[in-house]
Amino acid sequence: MKELSVNHLLGIKYINKNDINLILETADQFKEVINRPIKKVPSLRDITIANIFFENSTRTKLSFELAQKRLSADVMSFSSAQSSVKKGETLIDTVNNILAMKVDMVVMRHSSPGAAHFLSQHVKASIVNAGDGAHEHPTQALLDSYTIREKLGEVAGKKIVIVGDILHSRVALSNIFALQMQGAEVKVCGPKTLIPQYINSLGVTYEPNLIKALEWCDVANMLRVQNERLDVSYFPNTREYTQQFGLTNEILNNLNKEIVVMHPGPINRGVEITSDVADGNHSVILDQVENGVAVRMAVIYLLASKIQN
Amino acid sequence: MSQKVLLNTKEVNIILHRLACQLIEKHLDFSNTILIGIQPRGAFLAKRLTEILKEEYQISDLKLGLLDITFFRDDFRRSEKPFEANQTQIDFLVEDKNVVFIDDVLYTGRSIRAALTAIQSFGRPKSIELLTLIDRRFSRDLPIQPDYRGRQVDAINNEKVLVKWKENDGEDAVYIEVKS
Repeated sequence: MKELSVNHLLGIKYINKNDINLILETADQFKEVINRPIKKVPSLRDITIANIFFENSTRTKLSFELAQKRLSADVMSFSSAQSSVKKGETLIDTVNNILAMKVDMVVMRHSSPGAAHFLSQHVKASIVNAGDGAHEHPTQALLDSYTIREKLGEVAGKKIVIVGDILHSRVALSNIFALQMQGAEVKVCGPKTLIPQYINSLGVTYEPNLIKALEWCDVANMLRVQNERLDVSYFPNTREYTQQFGLTNEILNNLNKEIVVMHPGPINRGVEITSDVADGNHSVILDQVENGVAVRMAVIYLLASKIQN
Repeated sequence: MSQKVLLNTKEVNIILHRLACQLIEKHLDFSNTILIGIQPRGAFLAKRLTEILKEEYQISDLKLGLLDITFFRDDFRRSEKPFEANQTQIDFLVEDKNVVFIDDVLYTGRSIRAALTAIQSFGRPKSIELLTLIDRRFSRDLPIQPDYRGRQVDAINNEKVLVKWKENDGEDAVYIEVKS
C-alpha cells in the first residue's frame, strides 16, 4: 500500500520519484472520473479547504476549486484584493483566522518565494503550494509530466526544452526538478538575460538558438515573458523577442520531426507562440488544462488521506 | 496462522457453472443486462463468469464493466492503511439496464454500499442485483444480501476468507485463514 512521503506539497524538490509516480497513477483514475456523466466522487465530504490567492490567477484557481468540488470537499476561496491583508494583517494571522474556522487544507499562491514553506512550519493544516513567487509551482510541473506521459508514453529518456523567461519562472524550476527526477533531459532556451546564472548547477544546459533547441527536443514548453516581474529591461523589445524566440508554424514545419508543444498559460498570442501553433495539431495546451484538474484531484486526495481524523 | 480449504478447484468450477446458469435463468439473452465486477477482486470472478457464459452457453452479447469503489468508500481517513485506486472501465451507460454486481466475498456489505453510490455516476439502472462467490453470514454491518451466492460460510471475525484465482494466484480455491 502506498502513500505520499510528505504531509504538504510545497515544491517538487521536497518530494521524491515514488511520490510523483503515485500522484500520476492516482491522476489516471481521476481523469476517468472527470470524464464520466457524473463527474463527482464523495471521498472528501468531511474536508474543508481554503484557497488563498495573494496573486492573480485564473486557471490555477479555477482548476484547484473544480478539483476540490469534484472530490466533494467544502471549499472557500479568497483573493487578497478583497481581503484584510490590504488592511495590514500578517500572513500567519490571516491563515490562522481561516484555520480557526476549522479548515483542514490550505492552497496558497503568494508572491514571496518560500511563503508556502513558511506557512507549513507555522500553522496546523496541510499546505499546497499553488505558486510562490519565482520559486515553485509543483502542481503545474506534475500536470506537465502527466501530459508528457500521456502523449509520449513516459517521461524517462525524453528531451524537453523550456523556452522563455526562465529567470522569473516558477513553472520552469518545478518542471526542471520533476523532469530530471523522472529521468528526462532538460535544456533551456531564451534571452541570456532571462536565464539564471546558476542554471548549469541544476544539470540543465543552455541553448541560445531556438531552432537548434527544437531540433534536439521531443517536447517544447513555451513560457510567457512575465512582464509584471521584469523590474528592468531584459531584452530590447517584444518584437525582437518574438523574432528570436517566438514559435511559429513555419519553424515547426521546417523541423524534420514531430514535437509536442506545451504552454502553461496564460498565452501572449503572437509573442512567445503564434495563434496557429497554439491552436494547432502539435499543441497540447488544452490537454494540460484538463489534466490539471485530474492531477490536482490526485494531490488533494493523497494529502487529505494523511490528515489525522 | 492456520489455513483450511473451503472449496477446492473442482468445487469452485461447479459453483461457477451453477452461478452462470442462475444468471441465464434470470437474464436469458442478457440483452438488457450489464455485469459489473467490483475492483479489484471481483474482476476475476466477473471475467471468469463472462468466459463461461460466452464459451459454454453461447451468449455473445455480454456487456462487462469493472467498477472501482475506492473514492466512494465510507472509511476514507478512518482506515489504518491508505487505499490504492484501481481502474474503472465502464464504456457504456447503465441507464435503464439490469445491473449485476459481482464480487468474490460479501462480508460487512460496505463495499457494495460504496458500489451502489459509485454506479450512479453512470446513470440510473433499472435494477441492481448482487452475485457473490462467498457469503459470510452474521457479519453484515448493513442491510445488504446477495441475490446469487456460491457458498455461504459462518466465518467468525478473526477468520479471513481468501479467494484464489488461477490467473492471479496460481490456483482456483477458497481458503479460510484463522489468525492466531
